[in-house]
Parts: sequence; C-alpha cells; structure tokens
Amino acid sequence: MSTRPKNDFGALDLTAGLGSDQYLTFILAGEEYGVNILRVQEIKGWTGVTEIPNTPDYIQGVVNLRGTIVPIVDLRRCFGIKTVDYDKTTVIIMLKVTAQRGERTMGFVVDAVSDVYDVSAEQRRPAPDFGSAAQAGFVTGLATVAEKMVILLDIDRLVETRMGPQDQKPGDIAQDVPVLEVPKGNI
Amino acid sequence: MSIDLSQFHQTFFEESLEGLETMETGLLNLSPEELKTETVNTLFRVAHSIKGGSAMFGFSAITSLTHVMETLLDHVRAGRAGIDRLLVDALLAAVDCLRETVLAMKDGGGHDDRHIAASEAQLQRLLPAHSGIEVFGAPVRKSIDEPEGTDQPEGKDVAVGATWRIGFRPFPNLFKTGNDPLRLLRALAGVGKLAVSADISRLPAFGDLDPECCYLGWDLTLDSDVGREAIGEVFEWVEGNCDLVITPSSGGPIPLPEPVLPEVPEADHHESVLDDPHPSGHAQHGEPPRPGSERRQPQNPLQQSPGAEASSIRVSIQKIDALINLVGELVITQSMLSQCGQDLSSQKADNSIGGRLRDGLAQLARNTRELQESVLGIRMVPISFSFNRFPRLVRDLGHRLRKNVELRVSGENTELDKTVMEKIGDPLVHLIRNALDHGIETPEERRAAGKPDTGVLHLNAYHSGGRILIEIADDGAGIDSRKILARARARGLIAEGDPLPEDRIHDLIFQPGFSTAAEVTDISGRGVGLDVVRRNIKDLGGVVEVRSRAGQGSTFLIKLPLTLAILDGQLIRVGEHVYVIPLVSIIESLQVRKDRVSSIAGTAELYQLRNEYLPIVRLYEVLNVVPDNRRLDAGLLVVVEGDGQKAGIHVDDLLGQQQIVIKSLETNYRRVTGISGATILADGTVALILDIQGLIAMSRGRSPPLRSASLPDEQRIAA
Repeated sequence: MSTRPKNDFGALDLTAGLGSDQYLTFILAGEEYGVNILRVQEIKGWTGVTEIPNTPDYIQGVVNLRGTIVPIVDLRRCFGIKTVDYDKTTVIIMLKVTAQRGERTMGFVVDAVSDVYDVSAEQRRPAPDFGSAAQAGFVTGLATVAEKMVILLDIDRLVETRMGPQDQKPGDIAQDVPVLEVPKGNI
Repeated sequence: MSIDLSQFHQTFFEESLEGLETMETGLLNLSPEELKTETVNTLFRVAHSIKGGSAMFGFSAITSLTHVMETLLDHVRAGRAGIDRLLVDALLAAVDCLRETVLAMKDGGGHDDRHIAASEAQLQRLLPAHSGIEVFGAPVRKSIDEPEGTDQPEGKDVAVGATWRIGFRPFPNLFKTGNDPLRLLRALAGVGKLAVSADISRLPAFGDLDPECCYLGWDLTLDSDVGREAIGEVFEWVEGNCDLVITPSSGGPIPLPEPVLPEVPEADHHESVLDDPHPSGHAQHGEPPRPGSERRQPQNPLQQSPGAEASSIRVSIQKIDALINLVGELVITQSMLSQCGQDLSSQKADNSIGGRLRDGLAQLARNTRELQESVLGIRMVPISFSFNRFPRLVRDLGHRLRKNVELRVSGENTELDKTVMEKIGDPLVHLIRNALDHGIETPEERRAAGKPDTGVLHLNAYHSGGRILIEIADDGAGIDSRKILARARARGLIAEGDPLPEDRIHDLIFQPGFSTAAEVTDISGRGVGLDVVRRNIKDLGGVVEVRSRAGQGSTFLIKLPLTLAILDGQLIRVGEHVYVIPLVSIIESLQVRKDRVSSIAGTAELYQLRNEYLPIVRLYEVLNVVPDNRRLDAGLLVVVEGDGQKAGIHVDDLLGQQQIVIKSLETNYRRVTGISGATILADGTVALILDIQGLIAMSRGRSPPLRSASLPDEQRIAA
C-alpha cells in the first residue's frame, strides 16, 4: 500500500513503450522472431491436434487448452516456408490475439523457442520495404540483440492479414471482414 | 465526494424486477380470510427497498408510488385496512406499472409519469380516510426503535412550534450504506433553524483512522414546527445504521455554544445533553438510552433484508463457465492419474505404497465427481422462477374470459439450467393461454357437461432420464379430432379419406397456420402459435407432444434437456478421426445393403429405407479425410434428420454414446461449415460435433440438388 514496488523489468512497467519492451523470441527456419512477451499465455510441447475439415493448410487443427478450444497455426506454412517434420524442440506458443471480434487465443507452431530479450527503442529499426506490402504489415521492426537480428512481429496484424481474407471461402458467412488499419507500430 | 451512481442503476433495475416478482407472488397469495403477516411483511420490505433504491438514484416517480404502496401495506399490517380484491388488484396494477417503468428505464427509454400518477391515485383512494401520510397525530409509521407492527399513538409527543433535540450517532459503516450525514443535516436545516454540534469523542488517532468509516456523531437542536414524523423521515435511510434519539424540548432553543467544529470538550457537552433525560422522549423508547452503551437493534423487518440477500450472490456466467471448464480439466487429469495408479499398483501388487496410492486415487475420483456435480449445479435454478408468473397470468386471463380456473402447480423445485429456463418461459405462456382459451370451458358449458364449475389447470415438472419434463394438463373440452381433420383437409395438409390415428391427428395442431378457433380472440387463435412453440422447444433440443381425450381435457408434455451446454452424443469414427453426432438427430443406424443403394446420374446416391429414399452423405468426402474403406457396405449408415430432412450418413464405425459438453469453436477461431462445435473427450483430446443440417447442405452442394425424393403428403406431415 505504501510505495509502488520497484520495477526492474521494462515490460512490466506501466510506461512501457517509451523505454524497452520484453520480447520472447523463437526460431523459424533459422531466423529469430520476437513477439511481445505480454501476449504469451503459455508455451507447450507439440501434441496431437484434432484436424478441422475444409480449412486452409496452415490451420493444423484445434487443441484443448484448459477447457477451451484453441486453433493451432503452423507458422512455417503460414509464411510459405518449406515444412519440416515436428521434433522434440517443436513447440506451440499460445498467444493472445486481438482481432475485430475481440481477444482470442491461438497457438503457433514454431521450430523452437529461443530467449527473452529487452529491446530498447535504440535497438529497434524500422522494417525495410520488403516489396510485399502485406508482409511488411506484420513485421513491425528489426532489432539487433547481441549481434543477432530479431524480427519483431505484430501478431494481431499477422492474424488479420494472413487469416482474414484468405480464410474465407465463398459461401461462408463473412465473419472476419478484413479492415484496413494502420499497423500498430511501437515506434 | 460525488460518485457516479449510474453504474449502480443496472443492479437497481435487476433487484427491483426481482422484488416486483416477489411482490406479485405475495399478492396472489393474499386472501381476505387469513392475514398472513409474513407475506405482508415481505411485500412491505420489497416496497421499501425499491423505494430506497429509487430515492437514492433520484427516480422520484417510483419513490412516490412505492411510498404509497408501503403506507397502504402498513395499514394492512396493522389491521387498519382489510384485504379485498380491490386492494389486491390495485397493488397488482401498481406492480405492473412499476415493472413497466423499470423496464423502460432499463432499456434507456423514458417512462410515463402520468401512468404512475394514475396508479398512485388509485392506491391513495384505498388508504383509510384519515391517514394522509404527513398528517399530524397519525400513528408513527416508523419511529426509531419502534418494534415491528406496533401501533403507538404518540400525539402527546407532537408539539407544534417546538424545539427538537436529536442525538445522532451513525455507526462507522454509514458511508458504506451509501449515506452521507451531511445531506441529512442539510435536509434538517431545510425545515427549521438548526444548531449542530459534533461529537468527536470516537475519533481515533490519525494513524488508525479509516477514511471509509464514520467516526463523528452529532447533537442537533432543531427549532421547527414539523412533527417527529417529519424528522424521522429525514433519518429514514440511516435507520439501523445509527443510534438516534429524538426528543422534544418544550422550552426555548437550548443555546449551544458553537455550531461546528468543536474542540474535544464539546464531547463532554454532548454527554451532558444526553444525560439530561427527557421523560416523555425516553418513555417512548421504553428504555433510557445510555450514551456509548450498545443500543438494541431495531426489530424492524427492514433490517432483515440484508440478511436475506446475503443468502445468494450474483456471479457472472463467464466466471461460472471458467470454473466448469477447469473442473472438466480436473476430471481429465484425475482419470489420467487413475489409469497410471492402476498400472503402477498392478505391477507391485502387495506394495503398501501402491495400496495407499490406489486408495488416494479412489478418493480423488469420488471427490472430483462430486465437485463436478456441484459446479454444474451452480447453473441450475428451480423452475419456480418460471412458474411463478403463471398464477397471475391464469388469474387475469380467467377474469377476462369469464372462466373459473384453478391453477395447481407441482414440482416447482425441479431444477434446470438457467438458460433453458429463460427460453422455455414464452412457450409455456403460450400453452397456458391456449389451455385457458381453447381448453377449459365456461362455467355454463362445464355445468352442462356435468363437470364442476371451476376448471383445473395442472402445471407439473419432474426429472426423468436426464431430462426435465413439464406437463400442462387441463380438464377442459379436449381436442376435437373431427374439427381438426376437417380443417386439415380444407387446408390440403392431408388427403381426403385418409384414415389417421388419433395421436397423429392431434399432432396436426402443431402445423404452421393451424387454428380451429372459431373466432380470433386477443388471447389466442390467430394460428401463429403452436408451430412456434414446437420450433422454440426444438431449438432447445426438446420435444413437445399432446395427448387429449374429447370431453376430458388435454395434456401437453414438454421434454427438455437439463442444460444447453451438455448433449447426448454418439461418437463415430471415420479413418482416424472421431466425430460426435447429436443423439437427438439420429433416427437409427444400419448396416448398408448393397442392393438398396441406387445412384442417380452417377453422382447422387440414394438408399432405400422401407418406403423412403434417403440421400447418402459420405462423411469422408464431405470432410476431406481418409476413411478406412470407401466401399459403402464396409461401413455403417447413420440415419439422421436435420430440419425436417432425412439423410444417411456413411461412417466407418460407431463408437460409444456419452454426454458431452459443448464448446464453441468461434471463441478462438470461427464458424466452420458442417461443424457445430467441439467437445473434449475423456482423454483430453478434442472431437468435433457435426452439424447435420450443414452436412446435408454441403453434400447437396457437391451433387445435383436432391430432396429426399418426393414423398406422399401424409409422410411429409409425419416427418
């Protein structure tokens, strides 16, 4: 009650965004990607999923996450990277995604988890123009941490661009009407 | 110190609506023969709390109407007014008026003050002639510390133009009850000359001070010509949250030194004021109040209401669902552990640790099961919540139709899921109206038929086989088969000269647009009705049937699942995938006989089942999965019905049947055609629930459109 607890972690600080953010990084096809750690609900090893019929191939299926049904996305397929067999380092990262319909939980299959980094504003560089506008949309920046490049992802934008329009089949009730939005950049 | 009260409005509306329901039930239980004090007290309590809430939020129209209701009820309680039909009717009308108003306000709309005023005037007329609310000499309605229902005349206490001394010692929790003493003081200052002296003797050291507690007390001297009652009214809302002594002081105003912010000695002064006993005042209170001593809690019924509320709490459905999910997971974990325990203890048969583990796991299994049952029970409510509005409905309708009807209710404590209960209300109302309008005859007709004048409508609910059954039985005229048959023929629903069994004829009344009522009344008979009832009940996963015997009455029987969250499912297998088909939609399952399969134009396949042709839906094709076998006769055909259309679903194998908990795919993903949801199986994996209608539509999209062949008319009706 007396004084606010001292906060060593930038990400937990209420003034985050001005200083540094914490990112959980994972490996996908040799590259290191980062997502804001506040979005991470849990990390679990690869287990079997229940396939959903007639869905795009990057939707692996659904799993039971403590009583709720959570869809699992294969990030390699989603990015159009050559797929590999799942092994013992393959993990599912459960992330909170804010979509038009509100917050939902989705799992993303990646090759392995890597580390947690503090990324300060100085370390962060804007993403260069990849040519593909959609691709650039969900990459919010690049960060150099310990001589390595980390690709920072905006997971909301990713779900919106990747799973919004393509996921609709003709005849489907359009529930995820894609809406053009300025990416929620942190810069 | 201003708080946005609007955040509490919703709660007020909900509580008021609940209270009004209680009131209605209570009013219908009132009878002139015997005065049920408890019922009247309940009514009084409800009126009072609605009045309190509305006054707090400034809904003055409601306040004034409930105030009159309260006054009237108080007269009844004291035996000064009798209970007669007129009074009950007027109070019921007032309840209706309040409900309308509250509902209108809840929806953010305005309300009709004139309506309220009219209702209020109606009640005013029923008040005993000399008992205006603020009239001097009238019995004190709620003087402080007055025992419940006593009727002490206190004319001698009333002194016009007198000076009142008021000792006001709020309890520390005063602020938490939403009261502000400052407001009370201002209100008093509004009626006369007020001298205030504060008592700070209870003020703790600064370090111990809780800013949410009221430590101050006040001694007030009010120079005014208002009566004790008017002063009592000011303090009405803090009653029970303070010690209050109101004594008239016949002499001139006592000169109090400083009106506000006294130093500590002022407390001593306060002692002296109260220590100066005022005979008449204390005589009225029965016992001399000792400053600082514990005062007797007022034995007023109003004080009982917090206790009654504490017996239940409002919890959001999301929290309960989260709890149910967690318990579901716990059950899965427990069964996993039990399996491990069994394997382990079978390996080391006479190991004492193995035995202890087994015992512990058995206990865990029992406890988990009990926990799951009680958690699922949280969502269950007795059906009386729904039944309670029917006595009123039957009473009013009986009046209007000039029929004498007695409503008998049984099994009202039968429990079912709250969502189901909310949705079954309207169909029930419809069936009851129907029974009163078409079923039960007028007294004359009944006499002619040799029946007692008063018809009986019996409402019954009970559990049977994991479902809840609701019966609505009347002893009226029953369904006239000939009339229905003629009507059905006229409408072309059935062919001329077709013989139909009695029960099938009765079933015709559920057809759309079917009404045999000779004239359309405003109660029922427009022909939009029973088909809607059947559809609504079907949407809930239930069925409705009718049994009737001419001259003896009809019985409508509704069978409903206990909860919408759980359904009976048939597990089926295609290749390595397990799916669930809701058991309600399955008619039968059969081995495929090759010679019964015929294909049309090489694409659509039909299966001849008795005298019907069913389109075959190959599940592996529709769902794009790999089956064990593509040959039809290697698998099984599950005959299902969805939205009036039958189809045969081809699967590899049937697995067990079990109750499953329905989970939404849309929460985290989106709707998938052909899939209505998902569930979690005993091993923790997910199985998808098939949407029969969607599947049939999907398979139709693949092949030329086909209805289940052209069937003769009477079979369509039967379907």
